[in-house]
Amino acid sequence: MTERKVTMHIDWTRCDGRGLCVELLPELLTRDDWGYPVGRGGSEIAIPQNLEYAAQDAAALCPTQALRLHK
Amino acid sequence: MNSVFDQALWAVGRGSGVVAIVLLTLSVLLGIGGRSGRAVFGMPRFAVTLVHRNVSLFSLLFVVVHVVSLFLDPFAQLRLVDFFIPFLGAFKPFWLGLGTIAFDLLVVVTITALLRNRIGPRMFKAVHWLVYAMWPVSVLHAIGNGTNGREPWFLVLAVFCVMAVGGAIAWRLHEDFVEYRNVRRQETR
Amino acid sequence: MTTDQSTVSIRDHVAGPAGTTRLFAAGSADFGSHQAAFGPLPAMDRARLIDELLQSGLDGRGGAGFAAWQKLASVPADGRRPVVVANGAEGEPLSQKDAALLHNAPHLVIDGILIAGRSLGAKELHLFAGAEQLAPVARALKERGEVRIRLHEAPDTFISGEATAVVSAISGSLAVPGDRTKRLTNSGLNGRPTLVHNVETLAHLALISRFGPAWFRSVGTGSSPGSRLITLSGNTAGPRVYEIPTGVRLTEILVSTGVDLHSVRAALVGGYHGTWLAVDQLDARFSKEGLAPVGARTGAGIIMTLGSGSCGLAATADILAYLAGQSARQCGPCINGLPAIASVFARLAYGDTNGKLPQEISRLAALVTGRGSCAHPDGTARLALSALAAFASDVDAHLRGRCEVLR
Repeated sequence: MTERKVTMHIDWTRCDGRGLCVELLPELLTRDDWGYPVGRGGSEIAIPQNLEYAAQDAAALCPTQALRLHK
Repeated sequence: MNSVFDQALWAVGRGSGVVAIVLLTLSVLLGIGGRSGRAVFGMPRFAVTLVHRNVSLFSLLFVVVHVVSLFLDPFAQLRLVDFFIPFLGAFKPFWLGLGTIAFDLLVVVTITALLRNRIGPRMFKAVHWLVYAMWPVSVLHAIGNGTNGREPWFLVLAVFCVMAVGGAIAWRLHEDFVEYRNVRRQETR
Repeated sequence: MTTDQSTVSIRDHVAGPAGTTRLFAAGSADFGSHQAAFGPLPAMDRARLIDELLQSGLDGRGGAGFAAWQKLASVPADGRRPVVVANGAEGEPLSQKDAALLHNAPHLVIDGILIAGRSLGAKELHLFAGAEQLAPVARALKERGEVRIRLHEAPDTFISGEATAVVSAISGSLAVPGDRTKRLTNSGLNGRPTLVHNVETLAHLALISRFGPAWFRSVGTGSSPGSRLITLSGNTAGPRVYEIPTGVRLTEILVSTGVDLHSVRAALVGGYHGTWLAVDQLDARFSKEGLAPVGARTGAGIIMTLGSGSCGLAATADILAYLAGQSARQCGPCINGLPAIASVFARLAYGDTNGKLPQEISRLAALVTGRGSCAHPDGTARLALSALAAFASDVDAHLRGRCEVLR
């Protein structure tokens, strides 16, 4: 089995720091001084397999459609 | 058609209309709450978004029940054209026309919301602003067209809804509305 | 003044210019001088061009330093006709080399666009530069009856030269960077494969196509071959553009251009998004490999010296304030983080002795890095951090209420 590496791309031109993704992925994200998500990888957050569904929810529920998942 | 069935249609038509107004109001409140970026109504932010979506879909469901039951009801004299083109109604054409407008706007807003990821945030947002026209128009339609529209219990309900949405809009316009507003430089482009 | 074209004898094979003066070897901006110095436009196909660029070792001269052959090779040969964009937008206040090139050797840049375009079978050719630079290019295009290259005016903003901003501007939108999930070489202007090269890169490409990789490598070092344009400025002299062999030591560059090393306190290398080097680091070679050990990059070939009478922290604070103002105001961490860095840095530079300021600058710099759709926050953070390192002893002095320079 080859390991699929899922990453979550943050489109900063869209992100408005509403905080939904941080609630859904507290293991990976925190909020910076101004409420925008911070995670290891900056704009490309590596998603471990056990958090893939949570990441899909975050991408689907982001109010500004700033998140995209890609393998 | 027997009269019991007609009576039932009439009751369903009115009842679903009232429920739809309440759900639309709730949906607007949840939408504004969600836009603030805060965890409102004791729910996490993502839950506010989910509840907003589900309440909105239910309100559309009740609106559909409302118009279909009245379409089938002979007394309401609703025609298919009244679903899409306002002010052509046989009975109270002005107040019915407001209902037509609200219905059409609700359909457009719902479709664009469901296709949000296809049409992109700009288009979605622009269309979603129509809710601020759709909601007052639907309330006016309920008061003006509804059989119970001017009865005290409904007027109390309507006043309650208007005050809730009015308060939410006042909060929306306040400069501290958005979470982190006081530490952010300004809104993004 | 210019020679009548008909009287200039044009040889089929002209030898490459000897010495370091290559891009400006024609001596004059007119087409006759250009043809006399460099000869006619060479025939070139895609595979051969990529191969010659690979052998030459030419890297991009716009700032990122991406290998020229690699960018060309990453344009897919899938039947879609690509777009070639020459990027002459020079929003960096410390850089003037693209302007100098477009004013003095516009035909070499045009050659580069035409060769790249022809070898890729391009559908469209564009040149993007400030209004003042478009004038000499327009004259040059008229002179040779060339109508395929479309000119676009770049606004005078710091980030207008960022590749996605360039493509956005040419497509009729604002010259601001976009979110990048696909490479421009795969999906750029109107979705077409788009090759965006700096104008100097294209001018070198035009020379390599004529005179070959071996000629290109006859100056410079093995790992950083060829010549490159630099803009040198400092407290004493305004910006001047030089063509130098890549890999020369910074001290050599300064001395040979008449700078008294004793009057230099530090140098900013790579521009406003660059790195401060203390005076003892200036023996580094001006190339990718030479600057890597001291944490610097060539960028767009910018060196600014700081005179011994100037405070490096104050100079940095002023640059940071400028950079914060040049945010495209699209990305939250940049909109908020850059003014925060600038403001904390200004406190350190101008009298606040709170010992936590350097730590806070480092924290904010780390916070914005990698969190924008372009490298503006990263570059700004790099500048702030490098100032803390290069002027470390002065930071201590400032925290004691003094300044090493201004007493």
